Amino acid sequence: MIELQDIGKTFSKGAQTFRAVQNVNVRVDPQSVVAFIGPSGCGKSTLLNMIAGLYPPSEGRVRYNGRTVGDVNTDVGYMTQKDNLLPWRTVLDNVALPLELAGWPPAKRYDAARAMLAHVGLDGFEQKFSSELSGGMRKRVCLARMLLHGPQVLLLDEPFAALDPQLRIAMHDLLLKLWAENRQTIILVTHDLMEAITLADRIVVFSKRPARVAFEGVVDLPRPRDVDSIRFTSRFHEIYTAFWERLRQEYDEVTP
Amino acid sequence: MNSDHLLDRVDQPAGTAGAKPRRRRRLEDVGTPVMLLLQAAVGVAFLALWQLLSGRVVSEFLISTPLAILGRLWGWIVTGSIFPHLWATVEATLLGFAIGSVLGVFGGVWLGLSPFLSRLFNPYIWAFNALPKVALAPLFILWLGLGIGSKVALAAALVVFLVFVNTFAGVREVDNDLVDVLRLMKATRRQILAKVVLPSATSWIFTGLKTALPYALIGTIMGEMIASSRGLGYLIQRSGSEFDTAGVFAALTVIAALAVVFNEAVNLVQSRLEGWKVVSR
Repeated sequence: MIELQDIGKTFSKGAQTFRAVQNVNVRVDPQSVVAFIGPSGCGKSTLLNMIAGLYPPSEGRVRYNGRTVGDVNTDVGYMTQKDNLLPWRTVLDNVALPLELAGWPPAKRYDAARAMLAHVGLDGFEQKFSSELSGGMRKRVCLARMLLHGPQVLLLDEPFAALDPQLRIAMHDLLLKLWAENRQTIILVTHDLMEAITLADRIVVFSKRPARVAFEGVVDLPRPRDVDSIRFTSRFHEIYTAFWERLRQEYDEVTP
Repeated sequence: MNSDHLLDRVDQPAGTAGAKPRRRRRLEDVGTPVMLLLQAAVGVAFLALWQLLSGRVVSEFLISTPLAILGRLWGWIVTGSIFPHLWATVEATLLGFAIGSVLGVFGGVWLGLSPFLSRLFNPYIWAFNALPKVALAPLFILWLGLGIGSKVALAAALVVFLVFVNTFAGVREVDNDLVDVLRLMKATRRQILAKVVLPSATSWIFTGLKTALPYALIGTIMGEMIASSRGLGYLIQRSGSEFDTAGVFAALTVIAALAVVFNEAVNLVQSRLEGWKVVSR
């Protein structure tokens, strides 16, 4: 369970200060997939950073499984638009990194890494460097590395934004498959309403900066979902239209 | 490694390599073998001109002749008298380089990881850098005597700052997102240092080492010229005081050759260590 309680965050740059987040209250149930939607730069990533414990909120607190997050939260896996692979390491060594940090002997960790790479559809690329891979493959490497760390919570910050639509759908498919196996809690930050509805159980919409919760809604599409066809169902369409209407109102209010 | 373009020799951290030289001027399109021939021709022409002018236009006492220099070199090699000097210089250079590099890398990583300390020490570091290091020679001789110690210290003093500055910059350039990724995977501080900070600073550190190695040689030679009884610097000093121009030039040739060997050695090590960078180009 992740609880954001009265979260506020103020950044100061020199003499200037600005509020990134104000008075945010969100609860994320275990094993659920929640999408955060909002205009770019509104402070959604700031929220993820605070959930990960990379920096503390200025006001309020982040609770994780009943504890207040004070330091880096090592139960989370974090994935951003940027790949954050170590460019001097091969794919295999990148994926095995979390096990290497945990002190696994080489043979054991490479076996686990190879199996995980095969699982995300990357067998045969173990000895490549990330610079030799396509954008979609790098995402797969990131996913494999993150899953070997075995996090309870996945924080995904527009992870697929840089991919072309076809690849993005393939990644949605992979993500749902992996989620069905491990049932981690997922928080997905995105601009893309289609992506949010395809993947999430619940969508939280944020206002312009400073981010506040504008409204939330439930996505009651049945699981397991088939990412290729679910977009074309009538229920998907209803949900999409409903959200779109609210989104339009919300942002019309802010910018007349 | 060949030297098609002088720009190849300019030290830059890998990845920030300068723009490609402008194309489509005929002379620039000359192939490598032809260029090697041309380079050799320039050298031969220069030596021939030197040989010709010496004694006719300029006094041989001032500029000697290439043949005399070659003769002197040959004599040194045949009798073996050059080798103790060569070895003394190489030994002091490498020792000074090693000591200066270790201190530089260590200091650079340490201060690079601590914004507070780097601000604290900033004025003192720059004051030390501004100091002409030769001026330290009397102190080193006082402390360490006339032997190898003072030469090594002088070389190290020249090396340490160059390596320090580059290491520091490299550590500062480390991508914080990568560090965060490791923190989230329960990495300890030591693991972050070993697996992210040092590898990503490698090309910067190497730039520092590459820049510093010739300075180690300079420091050693200076030390030998000021107070020593061995080494190539001493050889120059002695030849000069004996009015032996050919000897001075011969020693200079050996030093130049030594510098080339050092530089190529560093290049070799660097290309071995940074295979991934070659791939990504």
